[in-house]
Amino acid sequence: MSLSPEARKVMTAPLVANNPITLQILGICSALAVTSSLKTALLMAAALTTVTAFSNASISAIRNHIPGSIRIIVQMTIIASLVIVVDQLMKAYAFSTAKQLSVFVGLIITNCIVMGRAEAYAMQNPVGMSFLDGIGNGLGYSLILIVVAVIRELFGSGSLLGFEILSLTKNGGWYVPNGLMLLPPSAFFIIGMLIWAIRTKYPEQQELHDFKIHEKHGLGNR
Amino acid sequence: MNMIRTFLALPNDSRAKTIGIALTLCLVCSIAVSTAAVALKPVQEQNKLLDKKKNILQIGGLLEEGQSVGEAFKQVEPKVVDLATGEYVGNIDPDTFDARAAVADPKQSVVLGREEDIASIKRRAKYATVYLVKGPQGQLQKIILPVHGYGLWSTLYGFIALQADANTVVGLGFYEHAETPGLGGEVDNPAWKAKWPGKQVFDADGRVALSVVKGAAQDGPKAPYQVDALSGATLTSRGVNNLVHFWLGQDGFGPYLQKIHNGGSL
Repeated sequence: MSLSPEARKVMTAPLVANNPITLQILGICSALAVTSSLKTALLMAAALTTVTAFSNASISAIRNHIPGSIRIIVQMTIIASLVIVVDQLMKAYAFSTAKQLSVFVGLIITNCIVMGRAEAYAMQNPVGMSFLDGIGNGLGYSLILIVVAVIRELFGSGSLLGFEILSLTKNGGWYVPNGLMLLPPSAFFIIGMLIWAIRTKYPEQQELHDFKIHEKHGLGNR
Repeated sequence: MNMIRTFLALPNDSRAKTIGIALTLCLVCSIAVSTAAVALKPVQEQNKLLDKKKNILQIGGLLEEGQSVGEAFKQVEPKVVDLATGEYVGNIDPDTFDARAAVADPKQSVVLGREEDIASIKRRAKYATVYLVKGPQGQLQKIILPVHGYGLWSTLYGFIALQADANTVVGLGFYEHAETPGLGGEVDNPAWKAKWPGKQVFDADGRVALSVVKGAAQDGPKAPYQVDALSGATLTSRGVNNLVHFWLGQDGFGPYLQKIHNGGSL
């Protein structure tokens, strides 16, 4: 299947250039919660990508008939239904991982990425492109989730996907695991550093100052 | 068809269209959700049951490589026990008895006082399903008991398996919890679980002596009763300690274990 250049752009732009986590700063809460191990992060990424794609497509399909006054609740209803269906599917076919994700699948409903893309893109664009936009943003989210989860699981538990990579002292090896990596704040630091790295590479992502301290109020001229 | 077209042609913000769209959407979404829930229910139930059986087998050390769970579970006999008397209850089917549902039912559960409730579970079902493993001649080999209690973030649900003397531990494990991965979540670590087999539950006076403690004795008189706590997970370790004390004590399976120990109640 070959995609038109525009479609390709819609798909790939959210990976780095317009990443939902590092540029739009959406979906941070779940990025903190599910990234302590790679397996849960992967399943969460798959679930969110599915939900975003299908919610974008279905909202786009009825976009010309959604009354403005109940716009948000219509979007929420569609998203919530999709999330429940995904949750049910996971419980049926990926039982053990679904058990670990527990409440976070349900919390996809409140994930700002899904809602943000519905409101910002799907409400104005045709079904196909909205679907691709959902996939693209889902993949952008997945990419950050996977990077964060790899760092956290590797340094926090010495393993990846449950396989031991760095042998831990408690199992007779040499690596003393970094307990901070297992706690949610570490994801904050890692995402912060990723944002720093990406914005250094792409300076156009840097935001302008909302306020600038006036020269004479600064400390420079004393 | 014409009606639909007229409806869709209404201005989006008219009252009729707003209500119409809201109703249609709710209907479509609820059909989608309930279809998924109903259609997938059998698979989910089966998963849950399989998962539970697998845990029972693993904790009892009964699952051999390459053996199917269903096959291995044939050697296990579930029975419902009245916790207060320690007697088996004949009129409750162990396959359908749901201890978690029973906890929510005032008729089938008791409220625990603050003194008794060391595992922080508030209510306890009157009955519990125990799993017996019997040898070829029908002699009792292992007893697997369901346990649960509060850790740091969540209630830990698991099983403890004992030898036929109702005193020696075969294994302990949890099939459901939400403790911090890497810290409290290490209750699932095989290296930690391996510390449990062979420990003794009751001391010479018949009290529950099995404890999770920081810096457990390696040898000496206390060694058979102590399991080293998880490092970095004080509250989860304390939770495990409390739930072991509760469920093996007088308010839990104490009366039942006493009967087994005295050689009766088979």
